[in-house]
Amino acid sequence: MGVHLYRIDDRLIHGQVVVGWGQPLNIRLLVLVDDLVAASDWEQELYRMAVPPEMEVRFADVSTAIRDHAKYADDPRPALVLTGDIASMYRLVKGVKAIGSVNLGGIHHRAGRSEKLRYIYLTPDEERQLRELEAAGVEVTAQDVPSARAVPLPEVLEGAAR
Amino acid sequence: MNEETGGGPAKARAIVVGHGEFAAGLVSAVGQICGMADKLVVLSMMGMTPEDIEKTIRDQLVRTGAQVIFTDLPAGSATIAARRLVKETPGLVLVSGVNLATLLDFVFSTDLSPTEAARTAAERGKASLIVVGR
Repeated sequence: MGVHLYRIDDRLIHGQVVVGWGQPLNIRLLVLVDDLVAASDWEQELYRMAVPPEMEVRFADVSTAIRDHAKYADDPRPALVLTGDIASMYRLVKGVKAIGSVNLGGIHHRAGRSEKLRYIYLTPDEERQLRELEAAGVEVTAQDVPSARAVPLPEVLEGAAR
Repeated sequence: MNEETGGGPAKARAIVVGHGEFAAGLVSAVGQICGMADKLVVLSMMGMTPEDIEKTIRDQLVRTGAQVIFTDLPAGSATIAARRLVKETPGLVLVSGVNLATLLDFVFSTDLSPTEAARTAAERGKASLIVVGR
């Protein structure tokens, strides 16, 4: 079935991911790619309990996810790959070289970031990484929930859709 | 969270937090039915990072002395934040999947400790989910 969505969301596994996207895309495999969570049994248990029973969740650090990406893509179940920050998704996309699109789902306010959309705040470095991805042929759009319009990266960076 | 809702009552027994305006709506319904909304602090987590959600809930626990957190979805980021707080705070209880019947039972159970009241209220809330018709 392949990976239906590559999402960046600093809340990691939460309502918009498992319900908002998980239901309409019929997601049955959720891969959380996060170095810190992958190193902590307690963190994994915390997020595992947030996943509905029909969905399998796997945890991987970025290096493992790059190695195992073909397995996610070849899995018979519809899959969603999730990172908590742009840097992790950037490394994943660069390492896999077969990811065609990335969804910006929630990157919230923090020191050094400026507002681009209601749910997207970026540092200059994060902007640069996203521009690099798009220049390499990856379609980058912001869309918090499926019913919202997918806002193309140039429009996100202009802040015009705020 | 805004000041108006985040300020809330100083001696609340519980914090209610959820997606969108869920918590405010639920607590307003409690107020309308029994006038006991002052037992509850309302928090919204719209537009907040996980760290901010956790800090906001923690600050309100300290300010009010509340020992119970009600959240809407087991998968919600407020629930994740609350579970982190439960791990570090002895005596703190989290109830996820809160509904109106749960909250009403909770605010009326003044003879029980907040944590005991939360447990019985959760049972009442589960029992209130019924399907009618075929």
